[in-house]
Amino acid sequence: MQPLSSWLKARWPWLAVLACLTLAPAFLNKFYLGLMVQVFILAVFALSYDLLMGYSGILSFGHAMFFGSGAYVVGLLLKGAAWPLYAVLPVIIATGALMGVLVGIVTLRVRGVYFAMITLAFAEVIYILSASSQLRPWTGGDEGLHGIPVPAWMSPTAERVTFYYISLSFLVLMYFLARRIVNSPTGRVLIAIRENEARAATIGYNVFWYKVLIIVISGVLAALAGGLNALYFRNATPEVLGVGRTIDALLMTIIGGMGTLIGPVLGAVVIRVLGNYLADWFGPRWPLVFGLIFVALVMFFPWGIVGTLRQRPLRGLAQWIKRLSRGAGQKAS
Amino acid sequence: MDNTIILETNRLRKDFGGLVAVAGVSVKVRQGTSHSIIGPNGAGKTTFFNLLSGVFKPTGGTIYFKGHDITALPAYQRSHLGIGRSFQITNIFPNLTVLENVRLAAQSRGRDNFKLLSDFRAFGRYQERALEILELVGLRGKELTVAHALPHGDKRKLEIGILLATEPELLLLDEPTAGMSQEEVPGIMEVIGKIKASGGKTIMLVEHKMEIIMRASDVITVMHLGSVIAEGTPAQIANDEAVQAAYLGGTHTYRGWRAHQP
Repeated sequence: MQPLSSWLKARWPWLAVLACLTLAPAFLNKFYLGLMVQVFILAVFALSYDLLMGYSGILSFGHAMFFGSGAYVVGLLLKGAAWPLYAVLPVIIATGALMGVLVGIVTLRVRGVYFAMITLAFAEVIYILSASSQLRPWTGGDEGLHGIPVPAWMSPTAERVTFYYISLSFLVLMYFLARRIVNSPTGRVLIAIRENEARAATIGYNVFWYKVLIIVISGVLAALAGGLNALYFRNATPEVLGVGRTIDALLMTIIGGMGTLIGPVLGAVVIRVLGNYLADWFGPRWPLVFGLIFVALVMFFPWGIVGTLRQRPLRGLAQWIKRLSRGAGQKAS
Repeated sequence: MDNTIILETNRLRKDFGGLVAVAGVSVKVRQGTSHSIIGPNGAGKTTFFNLLSGVFKPTGGTIYFKGHDITALPAYQRSHLGIGRSFQITNIFPNLTVLENVRLAAQSRGRDNFKLLSDFRAFGRYQERALEILELVGLRGKELTVAHALPHGDKRKLEIGILLATEPELLLLDEPTAGMSQEEVPGIMEVIGKIKASGGKTIMLVEHKMEIIMRASDVITVMHLGSVIAEGTPAQIANDEAVQAAYLGGTHTYRGWRAHQP
């Protein structure tokens, strides 16, 4: 075992961030805590998307179907069937996994853009189903389900601090789970498949089942995030199943840096927090400004913020600081 | 020489639309031999290898490996049975390190591939195996280089390293010296020599460089336009009139063909 001091030395920035997040409820008001909760939920959604796109090279345009299904499971069971929350959790996981298996087995016969198109079609089918008037007695049709009863101890309005800690723990837990998976022997095979699928097969890996496996894992993570989202907003509307959700995940992953784990989390912060302020400053025209910022980010950080910084960690800035400190040292001596 | 047949094809055929790439090839490969496939460009050699390794499904005929019909098996299962393959066009994991390229191939032989929650570095045996193989193919000291940054000759060595890490009994080497300069060739030949010397392995080789073929083969099969036109020892093939006609009439004229007779 390494001594505690060196363990701390390697990780102090992360521990500092975690400490700040833990202490945040003491400084932030309800509105900002709510914003943070949304960031945490979106971050897990983006993380699950990155497991597919960034680590396994699978481009899906239908990821919202997992997120939305989690939300609708919560809505249908808590509101419609009045189940207790602890019984809903395994159903969310099972739904995400089952959809992952189904989507994987049906659509993984095709690759790349064709796969993306079929996942888009899948998601649209579920989106249209959720909004259909025939299912209105159960799903609420295009209005969705509102006023989902959330247990009083974790009420997103009255007990926002509790809800904040639940979502923070959820993100931290999912982050470490994703990290374990990525660094496991299985995770390395997935990276190999991303790099060269045909070669991975000729050295003896059954590419198909590895891909199904990661779609299942990613689907479960996204469904859990969707479930928490439904608890926070106390609703599940067709919007959570729409293609806009998938694009959110795509943007967060690309902005943060695909193929990194902290990237999508950072992407979620950028998109949600920036979106909030831009809407304040520019009113309904904020997506226009956001679009320009997105173009600039992609130009200056072609591998995402985290990916680009890892490749060339602000070389110019670092050299400038070094020169400055050297100059100061010479003057002092 | 062992007399067991390790690989046998029976009227193996592959059509691409109207083009017949492999037109009913029947070949027997004896265990422990070096069996080369030669022929002018477009003879169907690489397609034949693709059929053997499972990259393509044949349109007709059967393939037997150690007596079992493997015609319908997918590529990954053939790899586990012991058929390993290197590619004419370098086929590596470009953004991974040299070590990781080979380590992944070694890992595929173990039973740890689905241990989702353990760290891959905990399985040191795959890394050790990968380092042994890098030593063998002469890439030791470059294990942390990202694969796409290697010079061409080293990529060819890595290609063989990946193949060896899957511990195949039958190695299908598709032009291991493709695109190499004359100075790089001896390095690869040394690696192939080491594989032969380690014993027990059967090597099937596709090559265009005649001096390599003549030196490294026990048996040579000559293909032309998708069919086998001759088979025999290097000396027999060098004197075969049909072979000479195929080469001289084809796109290749092999200068020094006679000079390389053993």
